[in-house]
Amino acid sequence: MAGPILEVRDVRKRFGGITAVDGVSFEVREGEILGIIGPNGCGKSTLFNCILGQLRPTEGRVVLDGQDVTGLRPSEINRRGVSRTFQLLQVFPQLSVRENLILAGQEHKGSMASRLFGKRDAGLTPEADRMIAFFRLGHLADEKAGGLSYGQQKLLDAAMAFMAGPRMVLLDEPAGGVNLTMLGHLEERLRAINAEQGATFVVIEHNMDFVMRLCTRVVVLAEGRKIAEGTPAEVRANQTVIDAYLGH
Amino acid sequence: MGANAATLRAAAFAAGLLFLLLVPLGLSRYGVYIMSLWAVMTIAAMGLNLTLGYAGQVSLAQGAFVGIGSYAVAILSTNGMPFIVPLLVAVGLSFAIGWLLGYPALRVQHHYLAFVTLAFSTLVYLVFRNEEWLTKGIYGIMGFKRPTIFGISTATPLAFYYFCLAMLAIATAFLAWIVRSPWGRAFVALRENPVRALSLGVDTRRYTLMAFAIGSAMGGFAGAVYAPLVEFVDPTPFTLALSLNILMMVIVGGSGFFFGPFLGAAIAVLLPEWLRFAHGWYLVIYAAFVMGLLIYSPTGLLGVADRWTANRKTRRASAERAAASASLSPEKP
Ligand SMILES: Nc1ncnc2c1ncn2[C@@H]1O[C@H](COP(=O)(O)OP(=O)(O)O)[C@@H](O)[C@H]1O
Ligand SMILES: [Mg+2]
Repeated sequence: MAGPILEVRDVRKRFGGITAVDGVSFEVREGEILGIIGPNGCGKSTLFNCILGQLRPTEGRVVLDGQDVTGLRPSEINRRGVSRTFQLLQVFPQLSVRENLILAGQEHKGSMASRLFGKRDAGLTPEADRMIAFFRLGHLADEKAGGLSYGQQKLLDAAMAFMAGPRMVLLDEPAGGVNLTMLGHLEERLRAINAEQGATFVVIEHNMDFVMRLCTRVVVLAEGRKIAEGTPAEVRANQTVIDAYLGH
Repeated sequence: MGANAATLRAAAFAAGLLFLLLVPLGLSRYGVYIMSLWAVMTIAAMGLNLTLGYAGQVSLAQGAFVGIGSYAVAILSTNGMPFIVPLLVAVGLSFAIGWLLGYPALRVQHHYLAFVTLAFSTLVYLVFRNEEWLTKGIYGIMGFKRPTIFGISTATPLAFYYFCLAMLAIATAFLAWIVRSPWGRAFVALRENPVRALSLGVDTRRYTLMAFAIGSAMGGFAGAVYAPLVEFVDPTPFTLALSLNILMMVIVGGSGFFFGPFLGAAIAVLLPEWLRFAHGWYLVIYAAFVMGLLIYSPTGLLGVADRWTANRKTRRASAERAAASASLSPEKP
């Protein structure tokens, strides 16, 4: 088997006096769905931000496909085939659903100049419409994203992360605030993309059922440190984890 | 429905164009001058609308770029160059300086950015006034001619007005092309959510610099037309007041709306003329109008129109829903 797609090596992030992430290491293997769980404020989102270039780690390295990408800009990391969603919903409310998706794909092909002189939709309308159908947003393609319901925007947010055919997607609490129907729907879509395209996922999630069903492996954080790692069943049975988190 | 709106828009566009082509024929010299000034200010405001309205980057320096364009044309034209050369220099120079002015925007936003661009504006004014070897200082530059295009002289007010209109058409077509390209989409993304845009591969740094450079280049382009319009270039028109005035045009017309600057510039240029009877009260009335408008519609005049059509759409949609549910619900006894 090839090496891991992503290696996080001893990443540490300090904000003034607070150490939000305190020396975390783990690997992500090609094609897996890795869950990251832990109590609120234990540094999960900060860890994502360090991996994806939104924040620069105080110490440690982030290695993608064997290449050190620590401190690269988020746009550069994204164009290497790693996309994400944020914990708080982030779509572009003034753009239509289709425009949101085209935007999510347009910077991945050609040059700045080709984006000015080429087609208006960068040739992405078919792909955007395919994505719209896949996430069952068909009737909303021309609506402004700001006018969609919360759950629909959340689906759009995820669809945008998949638009450019990424190899790996990092999802920060995709189930947060989403109703059960939408959640089942999202889960099914993630599974399909994982199975059909072999995309790798890292998912931060509080909904334990969702994590236990979806993930092949789980990393548990508490107070900025990794306290356990293993299959969902192993993690569930781990006494440290129960004390730190699941026991609540 | 969609086709109807498109026809309506095409009709409005044709009517506007006809108005701009025919009305000056019946106006005095001064009236024609005012219309020419409107065309020039619209070009400048369109540039700022790209930087601010589309890409969300505050600038209080658009007036300085009009000045840079004007001086470039005045200085080079008095040296006897054909108009196209000074024009290209004005646009190219403004593009380059605008690009550099974009760098602070990579570090600071909003009112901090406003202060940086304000300082730049003041600096440029001081260069116009004090660097006499280049700009002739407060004495100003004159003695350059209006251009001759394809053998046709634009020396008369009416001919020059049509020249301004042609320049406005070029600027409009150029901006329409930019905002409808993927760049336009990236600019809007930069305005609405730079963090998300960055995570989707949008090189926000490069687009920020581009938004400044292109917007400023259009300011320089407006200046290149302004110089031969007034036929005398000195520092006085290019104080901070001009930048503020252009900013006002963008906001009053509707920031981020393609035709906003056309309306905003019309109000800023024509209102003082219409309010002449009010003498000193003119500014008070203008200020009251702007405040009233922005309280009613923070998105400017075209924002009002947008709200009306949105309301109509919502009403129509709810009527359709009501009709649909009425036809679905069983007959009541
Ligand atoms: N930009 C920031 N500046 C200062 N402190 C921060 C910042 N971002 C996160 N933190 C702190 O870091 C800790 C971890 O936050 P976060 O990564 O959001 O946790 P989680 O996603 O696991 O809930 C929290 O104590 C939070 O207050
Ligand atoms: Mg979080």
